[in-house]
Amino acid sequence: MYIMERKYTIAFAATLLAISPVHLWAKTITVLAGDDAQGRLQEALIVAEPGDVVELGIGKFILTDGLSLDVNNVTVRGQGAKETILDFTGQAGAGEGLLVTSDDVVLREFAVENSKGDGIKSKGADRIVFHKLRVEWTGGPKATNGAYGIYPVESHYILIDSVVVRGASDAGIYVGQSRNIIVRSSVAFENVAGIEIENSYDADVYDNVATGNTAGILVFDLPNLPQLGGKNVRIFENIVVNNMTPNFAPKGNIVASVPTGTGIMVMANRHVHIFDNVIGENGTTNIMIVGYPLKFDDAKYDPIPSNVAIWDNQHMRAGWAPEMSGGKELAAAMGGSMPPIFWSGAGGAPNAPMVSDDVLAINLGLTEPMSDPATAQPAPITISKTLPPGLPVIVLPTAMEIAVR
Amino acid sequence: MRILLLTALLLPIAAALSAKEYVPHAVIAASSLPVSGNMVMDAHLPAKLSEYGFFNGAANAPSSGLIPYSLATPLFSDYSEKQRFIYLPPGTQVLIADGFGRVTFPVGAAIVKSFGYPDAQGKLKIIETRVLLNRAEGWTALPYVWNADGSDADLRVGGLRTNVTATLPDGKTQLISYAVPNKNQCKQCHSSLGKIEPIGPLLGNMRFQTLADKQRFLGSSVDVKKVQAMPAWDDVKDATVAQRAKSYLYVNCAHCHRPTGSASNSGLFFDETAIGPTAQGIYKHPVAAGRGSGGFEFVIAPGKPEQSILLYRLESLDPGVAMPELGRASVHKEGADLLRQWIKEMPQG
Repeated sequence: MYIMERKYTIAFAATLLAISPVHLWAKTITVLAGDDAQGRLQEALIVAEPGDVVELGIGKFILTDGLSLDVNNVTVRGQGAKETILDFTGQAGAGEGLLVTSDDVVLREFAVENSKGDGIKSKGADRIVFHKLRVEWTGGPKATNGAYGIYPVESHYILIDSVVVRGASDAGIYVGQSRNIIVRSSVAFENVAGIEIENSYDADVYDNVATGNTAGILVFDLPNLPQLGGKNVRIFENIVVNNMTPNFAPKGNIVASVPTGTGIMVMANRHVHIFDNVIGENGTTNIMIVGYPLKFDDAKYDPIPSNVAIWDNQHMRAGWAPEMSGGKELAAAMGGSMPPIFWSGAGGAPNAPMVSDDVLAINLGLTEPMSDPATAQPAPITISKTLPPGLPVIVLPTAMEIAVR
Repeated sequence: MRILLLTALLLPIAAALSAKEYVPHAVIAASSLPVSGNMVMDAHLPAKLSEYGFFNGAANAPSSGLIPYSLATPLFSDYSEKQRFIYLPPGTQVLIADGFGRVTFPVGAAIVKSFGYPDAQGKLKIIETRVLLNRAEGWTALPYVWNADGSDADLRVGGLRTNVTATLPDGKTQLISYAVPNKNQCKQCHSSLGKIEPIGPLLGNMRFQTLADKQRFLGSSVDVKKVQAMPAWDDVKDATVAQRAKSYLYVNCAHCHRPTGSASNSGLFFDETAIGPTAQGIYKHPVAAGRGSGGFEFVIAPGKPEQSILLYRLESLDPGVAMPELGRASVHKEGADLLRQWIKEMPQG
């Protein structure tokens, strides 16, 4: 019995070696703040091997260029989002602070400050975890800040958990052209868009706070991109309040046209469920559903939002200062303010959202997505208490959940 | 049992370590300098450039085993001068994959590219040499920085920034914060679906000094007439503005801006896969440009270069705005002028 057990153990150890030998001599590479932080940290990110931890010390790492990681299964860990700071104020090159292009990466407990472009971008990086990070432009909202704070794109399985992003001139947390996404327990503060899910499939956005932005949470689908047809997004149990920071996005970007004072906005997406949120103190409206408003040349693109359902949200004040085209006239016609929920009417009745919230919801009657809201023919949306079938609950690989436990 | 288990664990570790261990190669005599095929092929990172035998003790003394070539339309790299070489192992052969002249290299091949600037006496001083090695497991890209006396170059996986004084085409000089890319940055440009691959050697864009060099490179692999020549970006005599602009965009942008490249998510493509004007930037709205948009609506606004994001980013030196993102710390004025003319002459509507 004893011998058998021993053989079994050796066989098991051998199997482990065959499957993933790296784990047995996985090491921790410690990098401290100080002289030539750029060279030392970048080198650590290059020489790290799968299974390794790159451990960052306390203090400010003064960086002169972008950083990048292209090794699978590496954890980059700081001593806390206040304690370990990657400072890109003096950055001379690269389009982002930190770029990750490998799979199974965990980024945790550090901050990225004042990168010239995006904060942390991950591209084609599957099963990536962002945990207890802070990405901040410390001067607050400015058009000269980078576009995105946390920016995973073209990836499968993304977990963004307990991060804080402030000052992004596009979206604080932006997930683009990806699938199987969770954004939770995070704070988006003083960005143009707090959280944005764009051209993506299967996302759960919950337990977040989006406040002080131009718009709290956006679910968009845009034309002329490799992945189209954004769908299956659940927005629930978030607090989306007081998003009244004047839009500071550089013109030309779609987000520059988002009205200041927007809570949650759905543009040209399918199957979006918005429920159990607290939404209020948003001057344009709490929830807005619209089509893609610009001319486009893409036969595969559908500019009409459909299968949007809204229920059990708690609404506070909304619509007293609408910043959209025709907003003031519409507000005047509706007794002084825009309703807490409105649908542009894009695509007509078959695409009407299901609304069960106990507040006024309006159809602007603009069946063409490119119509000017100033020409609206507003009419109330009939409240429905019949909920649609539930969307898939996002389940990530266990290792990703363990990484944030 | 513990000892047995420990042995079982340690044996494969020791084996793995020794396989990784660096084995020094004999220094090769300077004269008939053969390239070391082993150094190209071995799965390790040689610390010194001399270990490959590509150069005979100086950047301007390439081994006779290297085939020199140039490009009709080169990538702009801060006005540096570049020297390009290809190494093919004896008895191997390239394949020309298509009418565009895409080159498939045999395992064991290497592409070697040196970057430098003329010094005050007008003598070319090479700063760095980048090597692309086609190993059994795929291509590896490594940057080497030449030492002060120019006798050898050291591997710098972390890259380097160094100030250089460049002489511009108009005779003026400019101080440039020249960046030797780190190993990851090599891959950012040389990436296709996450794997490293060569960019430059497209037969249609390659030029050889001698017919003998061309024959050494091609062997018996292709009927060269079938490969379409790519016009030189500055060939005002034989190519139209549009042809030259397309060449320029292909070489300077398409390595990222193609469906398999680092900018795949942009939907903006300058390679031959782009179908329709929007994908090529014409009246295309920016996606993730941020302040890179410069406040403009379109990547290319026909007839309006001054309102085209493409030109705005090409002429910017701000790292959050500038394109290409890597390897450019100065504005390529002549390239920008070409694109300006192209956009200006483009019909609106």
